[in-house]
Amino acid sequence: MAKHETPMLDQLETGPWPSFVTDIKRQAEARAKNEKGIDYQIPVDVCEDLLGVLELSYKHGRTHWKHGGIVGVFGYGGGVIGRYCDQPEQFPGVAHFHTMRVSQPAGKFYTTEYLKGLCDLWDFRGSGITNMHGSTGDIIFLGTTTPQLEEIFHELTHTFNQDLGGSGSNLRTPSDCIGAARCEFACYDTQAICHDLTNEYQDELHRPAFPYKFKFKFDGCPNCCVASIARSDLSFIGLWRDEIRVDEEAVAAYVGGEIVPNGGAHAGRDWGAFDIQKEVVDLCPTECMKYENGKLAINNKECNHCMHCINVMPRALRPGNDKGCAILAGAKAPILDGAQMGSLIVPFIKVEAPYTEIKETVIEPIWDWWMEEGKNRERLGELMKRQGLQKLLEATGFKPDARMVQEPRTNPYIFWKEDEVEGGWERDVNEFRKHHQR
Amino acid sequence: MAFVSSGYNPDKPMGDRITDIGPRHFEEFYPPVIKNNKGKWLYHEILEPGVYVHVSETGDEVYTVRVGGCRLMSVEHIREICEIADKHCGGYLRFTTRNNIEFMVDSKDKVKPLVDDLMSRKQDGGCYKFPVGGTGAGITNIIHTQGWIHCHTPATDASGPVKATMDVLFDDFRNMRLPAHLRVSLACCLNMCGAVHCSDIAILGYHRKPPMLDHEYLDKMCEIPLAISACPTAAIKPTKVKLDDGTEVKSVAVKNERCMFCGNCYTMCPSMPLADDVGDGIVIMAGGKVSNRISAPKFSKVVVAFLPNEAPRWPSTTSCIQKIVEAYANGARKYERLGEWAERIGWERFFEKCELEFTHHLIDDFRDPAYYTWRQTSNFKF
Repeated sequence: MAKHETPMLDQLETGPWPSFVTDIKRQAEARAKNEKGIDYQIPVDVCEDLLGVLELSYKHGRTHWKHGGIVGVFGYGGGVIGRYCDQPEQFPGVAHFHTMRVSQPAGKFYTTEYLKGLCDLWDFRGSGITNMHGSTGDIIFLGTTTPQLEEIFHELTHTFNQDLGGSGSNLRTPSDCIGAARCEFACYDTQAICHDLTNEYQDELHRPAFPYKFKFKFDGCPNCCVASIARSDLSFIGLWRDEIRVDEEAVAAYVGGEIVPNGGAHAGRDWGAFDIQKEVVDLCPTECMKYENGKLAINNKECNHCMHCINVMPRALRPGNDKGCAILAGAKAPILDGAQMGSLIVPFIKVEAPYTEIKETVIEPIWDWWMEEGKNRERLGELMKRQGLQKLLEATGFKPDARMVQEPRTNPYIFWKEDEVEGGWERDVNEFRKHHQR
Repeated sequence: MAFVSSGYNPDKPMGDRITDIGPRHFEEFYPPVIKNNKGKWLYHEILEPGVYVHVSETGDEVYTVRVGGCRLMSVEHIREICEIADKHCGGYLRFTTRNNIEFMVDSKDKVKPLVDDLMSRKQDGGCYKFPVGGTGAGITNIIHTQGWIHCHTPATDASGPVKATMDVLFDDFRNMRLPAHLRVSLACCLNMCGAVHCSDIAILGYHRKPPMLDHEYLDKMCEIPLAISACPTAAIKPTKVKLDDGTEVKSVAVKNERCMFCGNCYTMCPSMPLADDVGDGIVIMAGGKVSNRISAPKFSKVVVAFLPNEAPRWPSTTSCIQKIVEAYANGARKYERLGEWAERIGWERFFEKCELEFTHHLIDDFRDPAYYTWRQTSNFKF
């Protein structure tokens, strides 16, 4: 018999999609039965109270979590999101319900041995409820009490060789697409650089020293499977700068209908036979392709590497061999000044361990500038808007490049530096008046 | 419940402390076929909804079976995932950037037993535990947030509306009949944790009432200047308030007609709560994307200014989404993302095709850039 009636949540136990309600109930039951005889370190009925408070929110149409909550582990300034229920008498099991962010392996590959170990730890010292994964990438342990935080951290580091993720005004947990591990489009090893930079900047991740939060994300190609261009302050997007590799025989096989376009992604509807002119050549955004006499020609100089033709014919077309990445800066959600996507600041840079050029000419100069100039709770993208893209370029030393703008400015409100102008700005009005009477 | 120490000594908190070790190294977790063929993949194909094959230049193949994940999941559920991976996949698995689960096997004959096993597992209420799908030109998992399960600033729930929406869109999770893939996301307030600002269809929790002011506590709980600077429209100013008992306290005043209910002041100041049962609800946005394929990444645009919170199944929200999906499926060309379709036919036609009402709320009025969203041309359709 459940501790609380949950008539509204019960309605989410039907339908085809996996039900989180049924799953939480399953966990509640497992804890109540406790077949393994675990000495649970937080209330046994935490899951029942979680459903209880959620049902109350469904009834009230409002959240029942108190504002904020500042908890953590010694040595770090982040990693734990404190949370307290605003009806602790009614739902004592979730009076404390803190989240711990656990740093995930790049690419989110796991062994069952590792996951089962984490499950045992979380069962014992937490609610047994998780998020796999948080939007930024972390494994989320959802719900424990303050006294358990240090105990869990001790176990994580000593038994699992595993650290917390980031929270607060610091470098947040970086994340990446699957990259070269299982994708033929990857233009660099996203996992390798994600792991390297996460370790390089552990101090910046665990101890908030920034004006506000800062995120890295790594996409192996412009398809952006980890959405770095929209969801990270510094976005690394894989590119090539030589020629798309074309396998003419495979192109013929696509044209002949032997290979399905786009890896078969549209198989659920009859779109007719593959038409290379209509589906590839005519959709190329730069019109740099031609298909004549059974031969596909690409004017690579005019290609903007949008990935469309490669996506449609993955067996015939491959990214070039001279690979690297572009770096875009400033993506953020709307608060305060409006949403931003990353803006191009480095058109091409090689991505090779130990990534010294990326660290020393891009990341660290940008941090130096933003940490000095950024206002309280001002994202990098907002500082770029306030001070101008030019200031970021000055900070990094990269030369302005027509690739960095969608279009040149339309207003003529142009700033010049004094030393760019002959004779400087110090002038004598009396000298002027010698030639121009009042 | 007796306290069990992990070995941590609270009297010597910094003794024996390990820090700054970061995540585990990814290579520890690669299945052998991944480790052996990393960087050598030649091409891939989707064999059926939810099932990929990747072929390497070494001749090796890896078959991936993708299944829907709830994101919010118990350790019991994770253990079952592990049981499946132990049984079929040599103890390896991964999660995707949209919180689906991927099981990988190294030969074709292992695929069908895995898929059959996954599809046979049901929850007590009849829901699939591990529905196979989420590939190609269909609808995959919904990126979402905490909602009423853990957050203090939401205007709607996350897990509930996502479950309700995925039930409605389930056939498209299991199929690939759309012109292009269609990404749905949800955020329970306009902090937009996740992908709401860049998705084909986005569900956004929204308030419609200014904050209440807890004057007695405000100066004790909040840094008043931070609350003031938290406001994008400068609706908040410092003030002094006389309480009922005659004491004068420092507080803030909110100019209600300048407040657009973003809730950012509450994020900064616990004494400015604004959640409301009937005021709060959902905004629907559409037309965003992050890929650079054909067209540049796009922000999603507001297409429905308000739908009520209707726990537990949010029927107005799910039927609105269904309408947009069907209009797009019927109208768009092959490879065309929802935003590309809307821009090609014109937003005036998008509203007509989706049978959505256009109201004053949808016209941008936020600072200088708003002007660029109005129509400076006579090119429009009747």
